[in-house]
Amino acid sequence: MTVISSTKDVGALTLTFVAEFAAPVDRVWQVWADPRKLERWWGPPTWPATFDRYDFKPGGAVRYHMTGPDGTKARGWWAITDIDEPSRLEFDDGFAGDDGEPVDPEDVTHAVVTLEAAGPGTRMTTVSTFRSAEQLERMAEMGMEEGMRLAMGQIDAILAD
Amino acid sequence: MVVDSGVADADRVFHALADATRRDILTRVIRSGMSVSELARLYPMSFAAVQKHVVVLERAALVSKTRRGREQIVRGEVEALRRVARLLDAYERLWRHRAAAIEEILEEEQ
Repeated sequence: MTVISSTKDVGALTLTFVAEFAAPVDRVWQVWADPRKLERWWGPPTWPATFDRYDFKPGGAVRYHMTGPDGTKARGWWAITDIDEPSRLEFDDGFAGDDGEPVDPEDVTHAVVTLEAAGPGTRMTTVSTFRSAEQLERMAEMGMEEGMRLAMGQIDAILAD
Repeated sequence: MVVDSGVADADRVFHALADATRRDILTRVIRSGMSVSELARLYPMSFAAVQKHVVVLERAALVSKTRRGREQIVRGEVEALRRVARLLDAYERLWRHRAAAIEEILEEEQ
């Protein structure tokens, strides 16, 4: 079962999200390190992600796109700022234009991912930091539609457990 | 009245809430309205300084002021706060979905 807690800091514009998985750290690390696995969970339900470029190393460049229900493509990019395999990953995440290149290299969300052993499983903590409310609004919009329905289903499952 | 985009509104809310005194003022006036002078007695700062904090909260539409005799009563506007919190809620939902999808991948591998 996935145990989840999340802390929202409205003043600092951060979301800290904690989840526990019944798998060892190395295997959870692979859902980040392997782009074919990553693209199965990164995009919101109705916007599956495709990673076109994935240099999984410090300083590495990443380009991806997400495809909406009507075929619209939303493009994004990462700049990987730090990797400490298999326990830590840090990257900047931003919006890209039709050419796949950053719209504004300064307009980034910073993400810090930490994996640690928790009993037989793994605790994953992600801290997302936004630079503006506008940025948060665009990110949140993408997760809204079906995400809400699925999350509700998941909460029900947790309560029934 | 100036009509702003929701984004500018949200930025103002985030700025207003980034200060501990303003968060404290908001918490108090959401429970019940207080006059600016009542608020000023609670903080080790001048009346003018407290009044400035109230103005920042008012610009973010987090509080409203009504006149009662010679006093101005400050009241919290819960709806404005809820609107910004909803953005963070939506982003949290995205992460909940991601965690559920990761779990599926891990279970499948076993």
